[in-house]
Amino acid sequence: MSNYSEESILNYLGPYKGEASAILRSLQLVQELLGYVPDSAIDLVAKNSNVSRAEVYGVFTFYSDFRSTPPAQVVVKVCVAEACQASGNAELISQLHGQGYDIHSGKIKDDIQMEQTFCLGNCALGPAAMVNGKPIGRATSASILKTAVELIS
Amino acid sequence: MIKVFVPLDSAALSMGADEVAIAIVQSAASQGKDITLIRTGSRGMLWLEPLVEVETSAGRIGFANISTEAVPELIKSGALDTGSHKSSIGLVEEHDFFKNQNRVTFARVGVIDPLSISDYENHGGLVGLRKALEMSAAEVVSQVTESGLRGRGGAGFPAGIKWQTVLNTQSDQKYICCNADEGDSGTFADRMLMEGDPFTLIEGMIISGIAVGATQGLIYVRSEYPHAIDILNRAIAMANEYGLLGSNVLGSKSAFALEVRVGAGSYVCGEETAMLESLEGKRGMVRAKPPIPALVGLFGKPTVINNVMTLSAVPMILAQGAAAYQALGHERSRGTQVFQLAGNIKRGGVVEVAFGITLGELVDIYGGGTNSGKPVKTVQIGGPLGAYLGTESWDVAMAYESLAQAGGMLGHGGIVVFDDTANMAKQARFAMEFCAEESCGKCTPCRIGSTRGVEVIDRIVAGEDQEKNLELLEDLCEVMTDGSLCAMGGLTPMPVRSALKLFPADFGIKTGAKL
Ligand SMILES: Cc1cc2nc3c(=O)[nH]c(=O)nc-3n(C[C@H](O)[C@H](O)[C@H](O)COP(=O)(O)O)c2cc1C
Ligand code: SF4
Ligand code: FES
Repeated sequence: MSNYSEESILNYLGPYKGEASAILRSLQLVQELLGYVPDSAIDLVAKNSNVSRAEVYGVFTFYSDFRSTPPAQVVVKVCVAEACQASGNAELISQLHGQGYDIHSGKIKDDIQMEQTFCLGNCALGPAAMVNGKPIGRATSASILKTAVELIS
Repeated sequence: MIKVFVPLDSAALSMGADEVAIAIVQSAASQGKDITLIRTGSRGMLWLEPLVEVETSAGRIGFANISTEAVPELIKSGALDTGSHKSSIGLVEEHDFFKNQNRVTFARVGVIDPLSISDYENHGGLVGLRKALEMSAAEVVSQVTESGLRGRGGAGFPAGIKWQTVLNTQSDQKYICCNADEGDSGTFADRMLMEGDPFTLIEGMIISGIAVGATQGLIYVRSEYPHAIDILNRAIAMANEYGLLGSNVLGSKSAFALEVRVGAGSYVCGEETAMLESLEGKRGMVRAKPPIPALVGLFGKPTVINNVMTLSAVPMILAQGAAAYQALGHERSRGTQVFQLAGNIKRGGVVEVAFGITLGELVDIYGGGTNSGKPVKTVQIGGPLGAYLGTESWDVAMAYESLAQAGGMLGHGGIVVFDDTANMAKQARFAMEFCAEESCGKCTPCRIGSTRGVEVIDRIVAGEDQEKNLELLEDLCEVMTDGSLCAMGGLTPMPVRSALKLFPADFGIKTGAKL
């Protein structure tokens, strides 16, 4: 678990100890700390919340935000929902594909990873994207990549 | 000193508002111009973002689509003093998109600093809450009932009746849960209010707590809204500090605590019982009803679940009286609706008007038609589960019942516009695909039916055995409609059937074929 020891994670999870109702928040906390939820952390959350591993795993797999492998340094979310379809997101997606980014597989290239998402709440200025949390309206592959590259340290 | 306003709304940020704000401060400093920069929400004229405003004796004047490069010249030209500039739209509130709106819930959005309680109070905030604190719980509920307020999250259930049920139910603990999952494509009003005027939502939730006897509130916000989450958290911290939240709300005997909870990328968690499951830390599986959440809700306790817009209408209803709100609207749809114009639209954004405006007026007059300049082909109203309507529905009055009569659904009030390049077989396929992707998996018609639906549509489009496959699709839609526990599976046939009915040619169906 990259920079975190088992002990420090349990420490962070401390406030949720014994609380079955905090499974989701515990997983979110782990992902916030590590960028993903390694398999071993599922056991830690189960232990801390005092529930079975299966229960935690079930929550982990239900929600699409969770990842089981480390993300790229820059994660780009590209909206694929209706309003962005109407604003020409197909062309954007194929441009990105041409640059080597596949929003369906989420394959990492040059420390950048692109993923699909259903609506970012910016439906009047589509196609919409979000680059490490920074919203991009009327997105083009150029504007997305420019923002993404600026964020790579 | 000149007051300059730059939105911090994430739609404005997506067009570079943060960078523009920095450029304004830097340019003003280097040009020796004395300004105060104030960040606000957005006015909702989103095609004009970043919309920079300046305060003048006549009112606030706006400069549209300002880029960082344009800032030094804008300041140098003296526009901040005179208001005249090539980018000027004149008085913002006199803009033709704005001036005929009836901003009730959105009265302060884009006007005030969202994180200033004093700004909030100076613009009419907390009046409703102060009145509510003087009333009995039953009186507060009856104000909401008499206002005719109905749920803005989709189903349109009368808020007062829900509150009355929770009030009548005895329990040591009750909850107010705000549904801020806003998953429908084409909707962003909840987000804009949370980012632009969070204290209105907070005040509405406190009033709801007083009304039903609940002391704990939770706001379930989708993770796709990081800016809204941040602003809400800061507003809640300020409200605690101020004594607006806590054990003595504004010095009274009422207590109310409030917390933000974040979703994790699941559309179905916007369904109220799935949201409760998620708030309890579990998978977002829809619960069977009855029991209704008003009786058995979060952790089994009586719970009010309302959408952000529903709760945010409450402070104004209390402040101005139920009758004032009830006086607005159309038939059984009372008050105002915050319509959201989205998709391929020239002037996208927020239009808050009384119910009853026609669809055509919203799309053509407010929206100015498509952004591409091509003819409108269709609109989808009410999110991914809403029907597609064509321009022959332009005269339909936008209200719950009249829209339903026209085969549509108001939902959360989002209108997604498509131009004539849209392929409706693709849209129908997407509706099924989305359902398959987001289904909670509890019922077979929704989980399996949607996957079958994608395959059948593909076969129809490929021209395979069209008559048989059309029949199969119709059967599937029927089974999904009748056999689904919630509206996810139950309403997915709406966009599918409407697309097929309106645009059979897009499915490769020959004219005259039996549908
Ligand atoms: C699949 C599905 C998704 C939903 N998503 C939302 C949502 O994002 N926000 C919302 O307020 N209501 C949503 N609803 C409606 C809620 O179930 C519920 O009716 C609403 O939150 C009640 O609040 P209201 O009476 O104030 O509208 C959804 C319903 C379904 C079936
Ligand atoms: S209709 Fe779909 S989403 Fe709703 S309960 Fe059934 S399986 Fe779950
Ligand atoms: S549909 Fe793309 S941001 Fe809403």
